[in-house]
Amino acid sequence: VSASGRAWVYGDDINTDLLAPAAHLKGSMEILARHCLEDLDKDFASSVHEGDVFVAGNNLGIGSSREQAPQALQILGIRALLAKSYGRIFYRNALNLGLTTLVCPHSDRIHMGDELRVDAAAGKVHNLTTGETLTCEPLPGHLLEMMSDGGLIPHLKKKLNAR
Amino acid sequence: MSAHKNDAVTHMSMNLAEKILAHAARRDSVRPGEIVSCHVDLAMMHDSSGPRRIAPKLEELGVDVWDPGKIVIITDHFVGETDTHSIQIQELTRQWASRRTLGGYHEAQGICHVVLPERGHLRPGMFVVGGDSHSTTGGAFGCFMTGIGATDMAGVLATGTIWMRVPETLRVRVNGVLGPGVAAKDIILFLCRSIGINGAGYMAAEYTGSGVDAMTMDERMVLANMAVELGAKCGIVAADDTTRDWLAAAGVSVDDMDRWQSDDDAAVAREITIDAAGLAPQVAAPHSPENSAAVDVHAGTAIDQAYIGACTGAKLDDLHMVARVVDGKRVADGVRFFVAPASVRITRQAEEDGTLAKLRAAGASILESRCGACIGLGAARLGAGEVGISSSSRNFQGRMGDSASSTYLSSPYTVAASAIAGCIADPREYL
Repeated sequence: VSASGRAWVYGDDINTDLLAPAAHLKGSMEILARHCLEDLDKDFASSVHEGDVFVAGNNLGIGSSREQAPQALQILGIRALLAKSYGRIFYRNALNLGLTTLVCPHSDRIHMGDELRVDAAAGKVHNLTTGETLTCEPLPGHLLEMMSDGGLIPHLKKKLNAR
Repeated sequence: MSAHKNDAVTHMSMNLAEKILAHAARRDSVRPGEIVSCHVDLAMMHDSSGPRRIAPKLEELGVDVWDPGKIVIITDHFVGETDTHSIQIQELTRQWASRRTLGGYHEAQGICHVVLPERGHLRPGMFVVGGDSHSTTGGAFGCFMTGIGATDMAGVLATGTIWMRVPETLRVRVNGVLGPGVAAKDIILFLCRSIGINGAGYMAAEYTGSGVDAMTMDERMVLANMAVELGAKCGIVAADDTTRDWLAAAGVSVDDMDRWQSDDDAAVAREITIDAAGLAPQVAAPHSPENSAAVDVHAGTAIDQAYIGACTGAKLDDLHMVARVVDGKRVADGVRFFVAPASVRITRQAEEDGTLAKLRAAGASILESRCGACIGLGAARLGAGEVGISSSSRNFQGRMGDSASSTYLSSPYTVAASAIAGCIADPREYL
């Protein structure tokens, strides 16, 4: 199980400027994370708990290449992302950080506050609140392996050490 | 979708993006959907996503860069800012660069996507990664250039390679020539509306047709730049004589241009045809580039500020468009009019050819060459409740200033006409 916690559900086109506001990019990640999504939901950053799941519609993370966007979610405690589609750089960034990132075609069946268990390897999302199980698109093997290693850097470290 | 079969064909038809990735993967051919490991010809970083983010990751890996000669650093995000964080970032970046013999280090010379080709770092057929989403701009020179984040960049710097999913190609065919007062920016804003903000997600957007053939390199760069607004992995224009001549002036000689063309019979996932002559100036309303419409829909909307800037809309051609509109006129009372040329070299060229004098005479303030207001920094940052029109690429909520500000996007022509009118205006009435 990759994540087990409450769902934070938002809509389409959650862009990187909303997740990592440019005005806070220069300073520390911890301060930036406190401003994550503040223009959309000012209570989000202060209310997220360890293990929670971020759920969106289409085009999650469109915009900038700034890795601070998924990293801010990760610092706040988010352990899995579920969306119908992603901005491609954000998708790579999130997986590179070791964040469980799944394409979930039926993410709109999840409601704010639902208790979820996300199993990345199986590509399943168990909604404990509704009793429903949602199927996600399977991750390509090399990405699942990288994610399981904790992201690109630990994955590369393992490969470099194995030489 | 694919016409390829496993029979004994010696030549497999490929699109340009596929040819470049096949070469980068040291393969004879690749097909869309395949995941391949690519050798990187050049890695570009700026001060925000560069050494300050990747150095700790390289340290964690215990390795240094694979080939310093293939790394170019161009600082543009926090240059000119005087707060402690910004100054520390510049120092860290400068020191990291000075300890290695890099392929290039350009400090405060302008915006990376414009400085990179200007200083002769790009040529057709290259596979290039950049630590910024608008890295797609480089595709205007017949490269496959794509944006990546900091951890991916650390991986590239450590190994010289990166995995890529070979993209399907979206062919955008521009037929005919744009009318007076209409620019490449209007084509890409129109596309953002027609296929949506992620409508070319994971794809290569290849621009072709007589309308693209007729474009200058500055205009082709706009199409490639905002390919990322379509969600594309890269935007690409195959090299031709215009490319070769431009690169020759930048000190780059090209002798293998014929190799880096799409095959006529290569399959594409989708083709869109645009009639250039029939296209009106476009304006994208807050807060997304896909909220675009013909200029008359928004004409008359009052503005507080007009901004010419960013990697998208402040090259020499863009400044010339502005000069054509504002020459002999004055900016409207109560409107701030800022022009931040995309590079120091462009500023000098525009100074020498009299363009900046015309803009100043019309009431424009000329700013430093950096990302500036496009990332909410500097003199042209919008305040709460203010409305701006900008030649840049993104108008997401809060991006160019206060979260309660609003940005419209348009071509440099339309920004200039709006500055004069004091409200969004059709530039064709000002030429």
